[in-house]
Amino acid sequence: MFVNRKAPYGTVYALESLEVVLISAAFEQDVSVVFVDDGVYQLKKGQQTKAIETKNFSPTYRALEGYDVEKLYVERESLAARGLTEIDLIVDVTVLGAIELGKLMDEQDVVLSC
Amino acid sequence: MLHIVNKSPYERNALDAVLRIAQSGSLLLIEDGVYAATRGSTAEARLAAAMPRLKVYALLPDLEARAIADRVIAGVTPIDYGGFVDLVAAHRNCQSWL
Repeated sequence: MFVNRKAPYGTVYALESLEVVLISAAFEQDVSVVFVDDGVYQLKKGQQTKAIETKNFSPTYRALEGYDVEKLYVERESLAARGLTEIDLIVDVTVLGAIELGKLMDEQDVVLSC
Repeated sequence: MLHIVNKSPYERNALDAVLRIAQSGSLLLIEDGVYAATRGSTAEARLAAAMPRLKVYALLPDLEARAIADRVIAGVTPIDYGGFVDLVAAHRNCQSWL
């Protein structure tokens, strides 16, 4: 499981995490991806990065399905705190409350967080 | 699960995320994360509220380096590097919250 807690362009964590997810999928790992805190901003619809001269990597989240990465989870509390709902997101996700998410983390073999 | 936090609760929200999401297991505070373990801090009540669910540890060398080893909240267990290794070995999985 990869846990994303950082917004997409202020630092390189989000892009690096996405690349590691794709690499893991290429090695046929059973991957889950979680978006918590500012990490939910990675999935915000409508990102336009031309003027900041940075690659918009948000369409890549839609390609994850093609790599059999289909377990995407977003924490409900993080969305609500940022005035967002599932409709604002670029991909279909499973929205979980903090308690459910905590239980899911407990079940994982390996958790990498950034 | 062993949850590891290495950032000050005043600078980052990693501790708040753990306290909201983690339902059981242990929390180990290291590096600047140990500031959350001090008496009289604004983090104290939040940490205390989670103690029925989470066993809380703080790395003693990091407490000592920051001159706060004498003001650790009751219920937080200071551990040394060997204790850190034992904690990792005692849990099925761990998560370092950056």
